[in-house]
Amino acid sequence: MSVKKIELEKIGIDQEEKERAGSYMQVDSGVLRCTVKQEGVEIYPTREALETLSDAKNYLWNALEKDDSLGDFSNGYFIVVRKGVKPLFPVQACLLIEEEEKQHVHNIIVVEEDAELNVITGCASVPQRGKHIGISEFYVKKGGKLHFTMIHMWGREVEVLPKTAVVVEEGGVFISDYICLHPAAKIKAYPTVYLNGRGATARLQSITVSTPGSYIDLGNRVYLKEAETRAEIISRSVCFGGTIIARGHLIGEYPGVKAHLECKGLLLSDKGVMHAIPELEGRAKDLEMSHEAAVGKIAKEEIEYLMARGLSEDEAVATIVRGFLNVDIIGIPEALKRELDKIIEMSDSAM
Amino acid sequence: MLKIEGLKVNVEGKEILHGIDLEVPEGKVVTLMGPNGSGKTTLIMTIMGFSGYEVTSGRIIFKGRDITHLPVHERAKMGIGLAFQRPPVIRGVKTRQIVEIAASVRGKEVDPYELAQEVNMEEFLDREVNLGFSGGEMKRSEILQLMAMDPDLLLLDEPESGVDLESIGLLGRAINKILGRNIEPVEGKSIKELKAARKKSALIITHTGHILNYIDADIGYVLIKGRIVCSGNPLEILRTIEKYGYKECERCL
Repeated sequence: MSVKKIELEKIGIDQEEKERAGSYMQVDSGVLRCTVKQEGVEIYPTREALETLSDAKNYLWNALEKDDSLGDFSNGYFIVVRKGVKPLFPVQACLLIEEEEKQHVHNIIVVEEDAELNVITGCASVPQRGKHIGISEFYVKKGGKLHFTMIHMWGREVEVLPKTAVVVEEGGVFISDYICLHPAAKIKAYPTVYLNGRGATARLQSITVSTPGSYIDLGNRVYLKEAETRAEIISRSVCFGGTIIARGHLIGEYPGVKAHLECKGLLLSDKGVMHAIPELEGRAKDLEMSHEAAVGKIAKEEIEYLMARGLSEDEAVATIVRGFLNVDIIGIPEALKRELDKIIEMSDSAM
Repeated sequence: MLKIEGLKVNVEGKEILHGIDLEVPEGKVVTLMGPNGSGKTTLIMTIMGFSGYEVTSGRIIFKGRDITHLPVHERAKMGIGLAFQRPPVIRGVKTRQIVEIAASVRGKEVDPYELAQEVNMEEFLDREVNLGFSGGEMKRSEILQLMAMDPDLLLLDEPESGVDLESIGLLGRAINKILGRNIEPVEGKSIKELKAARKKSALIITHTGHILNYIDADIGYVLIKGRIVCSGNPLEILRTIEKYGYKECERCL
């Protein structure tokens, strides 16, 4: 097996593992690497964890309801960061499709009490076809913090159907950054976060780009179930063609909770579809939930303003698109930033 | 520097300017006064080349070249710098970036912080362009960008509107600096000689004339209902308008 065909740094993977607390790498259904460089961090292939760790099975199909229709999973990562451990560097996980038609993984992350973890996950495919089913269950215990960055780079005809649920306990923090600049033929995902403990917070950001032929149906859902829980969902999409459905759903179940949803899309093609569906659901009194959704093209006034500063029309458009996508993503790899720029240059031809 | 000949301009199919003749000579500051709706902004937007301002007849000559149909950015590169009256917000783009962009397209390298100090904009460099800026802050941001561009012809659309008196003084000084008008006597050259060497020009739209307390204008024009009705000494024009209003100007239509 070789993974050289994919430029791994573009999906956040550092092969030398210099500034990483550990790595998990799976190609098709085989585990290629599973290393740990930080005490208090444990990384296993999920199958192995279920055999060797006594409490591992408590985390399997716990956040998510069991779905037998999916069949057996091949593997996936199981990452635990022990109580109070706060690694300086992130753990990286990489799931690649190289030869097999279908990759089916079950991933579990457990952040124990007062621990912190940053996970960068890169998913990519060598062939243009294939199917990726990723089941993910994350658990953030009392006072813990999980920052999860996921970068997708799929082939043109890959179908991606992940299912994700996250449970956050008292005072816990879950931050998710999702970036998909190489759109697959079909991505359908609606991760759900349960803020189950007092003061738990979640911030979910996503950046997606669609091109002709792609169909992206992406959202985030957060249940605010306890006092003082807070949530923020931010999505930015640019549509050069194809379809983007940007969803967001906030469910406030406790009085006084606060949440905000921001869904913004730039539609740069007459043939594309950009559909924003923000939902707010209040189920208690005194809550503060708001949303801001906007779908549109770039205002001529903004383009000409930058042209009056000397940029050509194409350069002005690229600058505006780059600014539009510039939600502050922490830990976005340099190689990906360059990739982001390249994608943005596509806006020239889309205008 | 700039010569406008018989310029007729349509906006949304309606003629707004009915044949304008106007000249901004090299090294001179020209004011353009006129009541609201007389076409002042239309003239400036047309000089800059914005869409929506359709030239149906006449020419705009800049530095001897006919720029009537040149794209906006080419005009900017040639050295026309416009301070917008109501600039748009550009999300995700920082003021620092736009200052750097403005300088680089004119082939210059600037220290944004150093420039920002002159117009009290240091704290705005890392903020998104015009986002949540007050009227005065927008004006200062515009002048900051022009300082970076160092244009040969400044187009200023009501630089004093919505700005307190103290800030007008600050803006006036910054504009004078771009124009190379903060002249002090130096050894071997008299102020007269230094003045004669000035190359930069400006066309300033002013409704109230306040900016004339800070910038010495050389020539004044009055625009009424899309027509130039007179030109002459800018202060004299201002005094007349202050005393008798634009009603008096309308008599010359």
